[in-house]
Amino acid sequence: MARLHEYQGKELLRQQGIRIPRGAVVATPQGAANAAEEIGLPVVIKAQVWTTGRAGIGGIRFAETAEEARAAAADILSMRVENFPVEYVLVEEKLDVEREFYLGFIIDDSERRPVMLFSSVGGTGVEDIAQHHPDKVAREAIDVIEGLHAYQARNIVRRTGIRGRLQVQLAEVLEKLYLVARGVEARAAEINPLVLTADGEVVAADCRITVDDYAVYRHPELGIEIARELNHPPTELERIAYHVEKNDYRGTFYFIQLAQGFRAGEGYIGFHGAGGGGSMMSMDAVTRWGFKVANFCDTSGNPPASKFYRAAKIILSQPNIDAYFESGSGVASQEQFHIARALVKAFREENLSIPAVLRLGGNGEDLAAHIIQAYTRDLPAPVEVYRKDDSADFCAQRLRQLVDAHRSTERTPVGIPSTPAEDAPPHEPYAFDIRTGTITFDHAKCAHCETKICVQACVPQILKLENDLPVLAITREEAQRGGCIECLACEVECWFHGQNGARIDLPIEGLDEYRQKVKRTSEAVESVVPVEQ
Amino acid sequence: MAILIDQTKRVLVQGITGREGSVRTRLMMEYGTRVVAGCTPGKGGRVVHGVPVFDTVAEAQENVGPIDISVIFVPAPLVKEAALEAIEASIKLLVLIPDRVPLYDVLEIIRAAEKRGAQFIGPNTVGVLSPGKGVLGMMGGTAESARAWFKPGPVGIVSRSGGMSASTAYYLGKQGMGTSTIVHVGGDAIVGMPLPDVLKLFQADEETKAVVMFGEIGTSQEERVAELIERGEFTKPLIAYIGGRAAKSGTRFSHAGAIVEGNRGTYEGKVRRLRQVGAYLVETFNDVPQVTRRILDGAISL
Repeated sequence: MARLHEYQGKELLRQQGIRIPRGAVVATPQGAANAAEEIGLPVVIKAQVWTTGRAGIGGIRFAETAEEARAAAADILSMRVENFPVEYVLVEEKLDVEREFYLGFIIDDSERRPVMLFSSVGGTGVEDIAQHHPDKVAREAIDVIEGLHAYQARNIVRRTGIRGRLQVQLAEVLEKLYLVARGVEARAAEINPLVLTADGEVVAADCRITVDDYAVYRHPELGIEIARELNHPPTELERIAYHVEKNDYRGTFYFIQLAQGFRAGEGYIGFHGAGGGGSMMSMDAVTRWGFKVANFCDTSGNPPASKFYRAAKIILSQPNIDAYFESGSGVASQEQFHIARALVKAFREENLSIPAVLRLGGNGEDLAAHIIQAYTRDLPAPVEVYRKDDSADFCAQRLRQLVDAHRSTERTPVGIPSTPAEDAPPHEPYAFDIRTGTITFDHAKCAHCETKICVQACVPQILKLENDLPVLAITREEAQRGGCIECLACEVECWFHGQNGARIDLPIEGLDEYRQKVKRTSEAVESVVPVEQ
Repeated sequence: MAILIDQTKRVLVQGITGREGSVRTRLMMEYGTRVVAGCTPGKGGRVVHGVPVFDTVAEAQENVGPIDISVIFVPAPLVKEAALEAIEASIKLLVLIPDRVPLYDVLEIIRAAEKRGAQFIGPNTVGVLSPGKGVLGMMGGTAESARAWFKPGPVGIVSRSGGMSASTAYYLGKQGMGTSTIVHVGGDAIVGMPLPDVLKLFQADEETKAVVMFGEIGTSQEERVAELIERGEFTKPLIAYIGGRAAKSGTRFSHAGAIVEGNRGTYEGKVRRLRQVGAYLVETFNDVPQVTRRILDGAISL
């Protein structure tokens, strides 16, 4: 959400001394009617969304009366833009427009500098302006150390043929916009149109600002909750995922939803990539085989198994996905058995009912493949695992075949699988905290265990046997501080070679509530359907 | 020959005492990179894997002599200071490994580098590897994997994705084609040495007979590669794959640079431009080795 809404951007402009129209942000039609009367009619009502071309889809409306303002706001607030609801409208005084200009600021990747763009023609997109009026567009690269000088700003405006007092007025806006952009570390900022009113004032009639995602941490004043550049406000699941990422700095977990509200059988899959480029290449491959990705996800930079697990759980919490696809570059430097254990844990907890194809190529791939093959065999849906010598395209084709076969044999249950019933509480719990969760051994079960596989399986070797029962070989504090690397091996191995006495709880804040809500909604929809028939 | 890194280059590691810095220093040295000094403010006098550590870059140079390359492993918020320090000390090539370096910090590093005639790779890069010669950053995870996966040969690789740079080299190697150098330019929107700059280096490298490029949606790097070819400044065969055909506009796909904005940086635009200038566009990534093979064998003349 490193994009700012129009009203947020305008507030920054105002603070820097750029004039903006009088206005108010409201969330209800009545609020819009009240605001219209307060501001003075006529007014303009604008949807606060991040897509361009709002006017073309009815997202900008004018109103002569408070009643019209109410009706227009009601229409706009009921709109969905690219499947996401409009939550706010901005009600503003209608400007008496004498003339329109375009003002833009971007970090140009070819010049590797900030660039200021000005056009004496405004209103439409800058690409159109540049194409139809090349002589009316001026651009100037800015030295990021020096900043934008007043004379540079005046020269930019002059090059579009504007002179005199207006030149100075506009140049001042350019300087101020640069200060706003530099101040919040904007990747892009745009005032389109910048308006000259009939009474000679220069007013910013619109504003779009995108803040550098990586600089958001330096700008708490912006109140940006999620530093992710999206074309929609963050969804509930994106928020949950972002909190996982924020609370665990080990590796990267990037998750965005590309579609919602689809039904089972429509070909949407849960997509789990590894590495930015490998993820994109894999997404392209699976799309070529007729699937649509419900989400894009990238887990990379060597995260612990616990983080992979949380990623998998969040992906599987999307209702009505038809399959699960994991694939990255194919030749990963990170040890693939961590993700294998994470997927086993997530799939078993979910009692996976949709086909999965996993391409776990790279270091440790043989062990990873063994873990998947051995420990997912008894799940209701097929899980296939591949290695670095199997291409993403081949894996996507396998998924196609599995999904088609699965569909013909058995109906995929609609919605998300219910979370399995909690195990009975342990009789003799031995529990300790790890960095992002808790490990509990039920020593009553462990007493019957012949293998004590957990101790052998523990990658950092922090477990030992005491009275023939598994306990920590390091202090609790050490385990919690990272002595336990959350590789999940003790639990996964215990399921198969022990007495099911190990249990790792890795809570995901907000996920249970989200799933319950999704379940209630889908039940409500199901109960409505027969009535309509 | 190779580009950017070989066994003769004298390398400094900034942030050598940190977890990443220390581990990667060992891996780089195991692979054959000549790491001559490390730098961490306040930790001067230590020794990491046999490498002397200094408080400042200037002090390192006074003690070990000229340094060709600095590899930076400090946390993202500190990258700017570390890079400016290395540039000030007249080091001409920097490799900025960290992810999430703020854009304006990168812009400031760019200005400083321009003034002092320095260049940098990254940020957000896994680095550069010349098979059998040396590595900056790390590729392959371990020196053992890197030796097993990457073989010397005539193909240059340049990529906007770290994982895909390694896998491209691996898949080419599997079909018997070695690589001269593998360069990951970094996944960010603004990088120190974008794709066209690396192609210029490959153009000048005699060992490199063809280049495989992994591009992505977003930024203008691939379009500028097309301009480079059009101007006759890159004349070797170019095999290119562009990731993100299925991506949506206005949304960032993990890499900071992977975002289509309006009609800028689209898959279609990049493919069209590269095709126009005679690059060989591969639509399915696993066709890359086969196409490269045919080009190397002269079966396809471009």
